[in-house]
Amino acid sequence: MRKTFLTRSPSVLIFLSLLALFTLTITLASQGYGAGLVSTSFVKTLGKTLCLCLAALAMDLVWGYAGILSLGHMAFFALGGYMIGMWLMYARTEEIVVASLANGDLPATAQEIGQGIVTQIFGVVGASDLPLIWGAAHSLPLQLALVVALPGLLALVFGWLAFRSRVTGVYLSILTQAMTLALALYLFQNDSGLRGNNGLSGLQNLPYVTASQDVVTLWFFWASAAALGLTYLMLAWIVAGKFGSVIRAIRDDEARVRFLGYSVESYKLFLFTLTAILSAIAGALYYPQAGIINPAELAPIASIYLAVWVAIGGRGRLYGAVIGAAFVSLLSSWFTGGRAPSIPLGFGTLNWVDWWQVLLGLSFVAVTLFAPKGIGGLFDRLAHVRAPDRKGAPLGPDDGSLQEREATE
Amino acid sequence: MTALLEVSGVTVSFDGFRAINNLTFSIGMAELRAIIGPNGAGKSTFMDIVTGKTKPDAGSVTFGERSVSLLKLTESEIARAGIGRKFQRPTVFEDQTVTENLTLALRAARSPWAVLAWRAKAADQTRIAALAAQVGLADHLPRKAGELSHGQKQWLEIAMLLAQEPRLLLVDEPAAGMTLAERERTTDLLVEIARTRAVVVVEHDMEFVRRLNCRVTVLHEGAVLAEGSLDHVTKNQDVIDVYLGRG
Repeated sequence: MRKTFLTRSPSVLIFLSLLALFTLTITLASQGYGAGLVSTSFVKTLGKTLCLCLAALAMDLVWGYAGILSLGHMAFFALGGYMIGMWLMYARTEEIVVASLANGDLPATAQEIGQGIVTQIFGVVGASDLPLIWGAAHSLPLQLALVVALPGLLALVFGWLAFRSRVTGVYLSILTQAMTLALALYLFQNDSGLRGNNGLSGLQNLPYVTASQDVVTLWFFWASAAALGLTYLMLAWIVAGKFGSVIRAIRDDEARVRFLGYSVESYKLFLFTLTAILSAIAGALYYPQAGIINPAELAPIASIYLAVWVAIGGRGRLYGAVIGAAFVSLLSSWFTGGRAPSIPLGFGTLNWVDWWQVLLGLSFVAVTLFAPKGIGGLFDRLAHVRAPDRKGAPLGPDDGSLQEREATE
Repeated sequence: MTALLEVSGVTVSFDGFRAINNLTFSIGMAELRAIIGPNGAGKSTFMDIVTGKTKPDAGSVTFGERSVSLLKLTESEIARAGIGRKFQRPTVFEDQTVTENLTLALRAARSPWAVLAWRAKAADQTRIAALAAQVGLADHLPRKAGELSHGQKQWLEIAMLLAQEPRLLLVDEPAAGMTLAERERTTDLLVEIARTRAVVVVEHDMEFVRRLNCRVTVLHEGAVLAEGSLDHVTKNQDVIDVYLGRG
């Protein structure tokens, strides 16, 4: 009668094995440690894709399982990137400044080094003092703690305000989008202390590490794969238990869940904060591979993309989110990378760089209309799980569970 | 006999319309009570107030030996204090199995952390099996609730209510959509439950109320019109005028 966690969630083992196999294959084919069949820049693209899959997992938990359509999770993703980026940039600049001052006659004082770092980093926005929010940037442990703490705290406060007032549905989506936009606009300002629209750059260079980019790229690729695997395992465990049952019940009928004695608001807040932290961790792994972060990364469109990936992959199943994010973002980089052949149409040329988004939009509409289960629904078909094709409205009490058309047929 | 629930002087208006007008009501620790009344008499609003969905403009609602005021509590806190509610339409979680539905309702800690750490013990499984057997769903535990017939959903919801182990049950038209045999079984079950706890049944069907054989409260325009045995209230001239006389 009792089943273990893994037999109840067979997808976990399959997913973890495929991920391990994928990581091993790429490593063996890489330029860093393998045969050199796969270019380092492509390994970077794959590593970034794994981070996006991690963010999509978080989105699936909060939207697919609990029904909260947040359009702000990429803001937490970017904040995580900013937090790790601050340390990377500070430490790397410090290394360079110390090296250049070492050529002087006198040993450099701490003040001179500090001033050198500020000039290097903030010269571009005309600031001469280290902004207050860079106070912890010299310390990797502190900045790593901030990767989790800052987005977590923001989600906690925002979620508490929103859920306490019982803001739900489309109103909550609008509110999260407004938060994202406000945060992006704030970061665009030079005096926000994060270099305005220049953002943080040079993040691919790890300070005090002499290994080549070929190797460093693989380290991040492994870290991203490990984070994705661990998160998948954790979330699969969460949704398989009673907690998963409660959040799916909240998605389907939150008033009823309240009358069962569950504080719906606490659950939403818990999930919103947890997924914000997961997104932030994904961001902290993503941006060192991207090399640069600027406030445009926080634009609401990024969070909408996240929702599109999850919808195309299949809501309410974890592997669906991963498939959707990987499929759409890899396809996107193929189309926008200029590698897709343009199609001459006589009256003009179909240039995929421009038309790709139209294609994405159309496929999103098509998936919503014709395949609401997304790509993940294909697995149902393979496993011969079919939802009954029910038509018409429920008939009401006396005719039991028949639907209108079934009863008349 | 001390009262479990005391509602006194409660008034609620929606946009100037007084749905509940100076209503006073109380029920004992182990008592079965039927509430009848024409549409718009305030039966549903009364349940909404007791379960915390609607906050009254005036009056007080207290619960339990220590007379805790329910007006400051949220819906979930009221449910945890021991008030269960069954809606008129069966509201089970159709996408989840009967076992999952019952597990959700089972009396246990309700905070996110506690639920995260919760694992079914042998006692819980026995309890779920017993509840399912009590309402005739023992063979349907692994099925999704959405596949059940309307009557079975009603039963499942009653079982969920029992799983919560409430001290007061508010039951809205439990017999709607049930066959005659199912109705008789429901009556027996309600009478049985009311031996150990308080049960309030809102019902239109007079035959059903007669079978319950309990005290009846007649609501009209948000206030109590009459109270007593069914025979007593059906002889009351006011009741005949506003309710029974129409049919």
